[in-house]
Amino acid sequence: MKRNSAYIKGAFIAIALCFGLLAGFGQNNAHAFSNQVIQVGATGEDVVELQSRLQYLGFYTGNIDGVFGWRTYWALRNFQYEFGLPIDGLAGGTTKNKLANASKYDKAWVNKQIDNGKKFSYYGGEKKSTKSGAAKGGTAKSGTPKAGTAKGTKGAGQSKAKPAQVKPAKNIPNGYSQNDVNLMANAVYGEARGEPYIGQVAVAAVIINRVNSASFPNTVSGVIFEPGAFTAVADGQIYLTPNQQAKKAVMDALNGWDPTGEAEYYFNPDTATSGWIWSRPQIKKIGKHIFCN
Amino acid sequence: MIRTILIVLLFVAVAGTGYWGYSEHQEKNAVLLQAENNYQRAFHDLNFHMDSLHDKIGETIAMNTRNQLSPALAQVWRLTSEAHNDVGQLPLALLPFNKTEEFLTKMGEFSYRAAVRDLDKNPLSDKEYSTLKELYANSTEIQNELRKTESLAQKNNLRWMDVEMALATNKQPEDNTIIDGFKTVDKSVEGYSDVDFGTEVSNMEKMKDRDLSQLKGKKITKEEAKKIAVDFFQLKKNVKITVESTGKDAKYDAYSLTLYNPDTKGTTYMDLTKKGGYPLYVLYDRNVGKPKISLNEAMLQAEDFLKKHMESQMEMVTSDQYDNIGVFTYARLANGVRIYPETVSVKVALDNGDIMGYEGTDFLLAHVDKRTPIFKISEKEARTNLNPKFQVKETSKALIRNDINEEVYCYEFLGILGNDTFRVFINAENGNEEEVRKLKEAEPSYNDI
Repeated sequence: MKRNSAYIKGAFIAIALCFGLLAGFGQNNAHAFSNQVIQVGATGEDVVELQSRLQYLGFYTGNIDGVFGWRTYWALRNFQYEFGLPIDGLAGGTTKNKLANASKYDKAWVNKQIDNGKKFSYYGGEKKSTKSGAAKGGTAKSGTPKAGTAKGTKGAGQSKAKPAQVKPAKNIPNGYSQNDVNLMANAVYGEARGEPYIGQVAVAAVIINRVNSASFPNTVSGVIFEPGAFTAVADGQIYLTPNQQAKKAVMDALNGWDPTGEAEYYFNPDTATSGWIWSRPQIKKIGKHIFCN
Repeated sequence: MIRTILIVLLFVAVAGTGYWGYSEHQEKNAVLLQAENNYQRAFHDLNFHMDSLHDKIGETIAMNTRNQLSPALAQVWRLTSEAHNDVGQLPLALLPFNKTEEFLTKMGEFSYRAAVRDLDKNPLSDKEYSTLKELYANSTEIQNELRKTESLAQKNNLRWMDVEMALATNKQPEDNTIIDGFKTVDKSVEGYSDVDFGTEVSNMEKMKDRDLSQLKGKKITKEEAKKIAVDFFQLKKNVKITVESTGKDAKYDAYSLTLYNPDTKGTTYMDLTKKGGYPLYVLYDRNVGKPKISLNEAMLQAEDFLKKHMESQMEMVTSDQYDNIGVFTYARLANGVRIYPETVSVKVALDNGDIMGYEGTDFLLAHVDKRTPIFKISEKEARTNLNPKFQVKETSKALIRNDINEEVYCYEFLGILGNDTFRVFINAENGNEEEVRKLKEAEPSYNDI
């Protein structure tokens, strides 16, 4: 019996060791990154990993938000410089391998923090002390295979009161915020939800043309809520929940697509009540709407 | 007995309905009154601001010293923007009032330019004084007309809700005093449409008046347009194409094509210029699945596409991923100088690398075959004009349109200050800091959109 139990113990230890090793490998190499090249502007899982690993090594000090922004870009270039790689700001094969070997990444933990919408940082052991959350983050020693080495957690409550959970960030065209996009999507959906896609882009483009025009208010909200400007605002249809297509149309318009040829007005010839609108110089008809200057 | 009960019940029901109707009516009135009050406030604010604007312009004409003039011009600028804001809150959208709004914007631009200028070195010219005088005369007219309208509205207890109704239903808006008043204002402004606001403002106008007449090539027909589209996308024959011509008042004469591909169930929209058959924009509408390729691969697709369809050498200036779409902006590269006004955007689907869109209007409008680069000062000299705290990371040469819409050659410095990244443009002729652009970091999303 005794021998037997010792044998079992031994087996357990062996298995445990195997798992430990596997886990170690898992964090370092096997699951590191997909094989894509990551460049500025990218979003997604790989960017989260890139940011976490760069932060682990102390290069990246921003939020791990899953968007390859400028701070990530400079962090990556610093990393490439210090590790003697060609400095191109692209996370390609060699860069990713070097990065994966030099750092540890606890995917589950990082993703959990993101899902919980907590503010967190992910610094490697030696950097930990200089950075936030040392007190709360526990005293995990560097070198223990159970990754998570010194993850400084800053409880959500400690930082400023937040209006809502902070989810992974999003790219938004320059000069606009997500809330502008939502507001415009509401207007587009209310005004043109029965129109073909191009007609929705066109309505969004008219809103932008008006914002840029001298004879209209200079903000998105000023243009949309100008009394009498849009029927959807007057009859409350703007408060319907927009669908994805309306949002896509708004994004296209914000990125510069303008199917209207710089129109500032449009009307539906079947329902237009104002005689004046007919006197505007007409550019073209898209779907049911006539667009004019 | 039963009869009495019925009568009582009926009476209660009638009284109840009456009371309910009355309170509904009260509530509706309260809401209408609220809207009316907002309009009234905007209207009287507008009058107040036009009054002070008029006075301020008058004062600037009489002023002589710089330390008086600059603040007064800044006040004019502020007041024009306030007045413009008031107009935006009135239900005038269906009324021709845009001349006045445009006038306010231009006046604001003019006074802003003069206010921020170093008037000691560069005092107001005679021409600018005469512009101010004309503005003064014009604002006198606007003020008079608005005051008249305001007093009539007060005397006769006119309501803006009636204006809104009249405009919305288009029922004889002629005999509405307020509408008449505003129409007269706009007419009077029209009479001043040839006021010379100086180069800054007229450059703004010029940008608006650009057209495509400088394009090379001859006019194409509808059939030719179809052929170009088929070649452009290397389409097979089962695609349905419709072509429509733009209206006669379009600024850019073009053919609008719609191509429906039954294989992919996708629709492609594109505009081709009538002159030369250049694509103004292309948009492909289909469902895009989960991202399978990286932004980097998508960029290679975009570059491939540009090589196929453009003669010019293009360099990427921005790349952004929006969920399953990658959007890239390219500027033309001419002799190592980035020509920022000549940009195109390309949109790529990240599920299979399809080109989802192309926008080339800006490029066609701004394109000039040959410019003469002016780089008088060296990059080193340009650097001395940078903020000493600004850490330069990359340098390049660029042509940009500055804030008064003039094309200037610049040294472009990409670098960081604190946690933010900036592009700084230093004029290559005189070392002026032409533009500082803060590059946006991604915004955390507060909820899932």
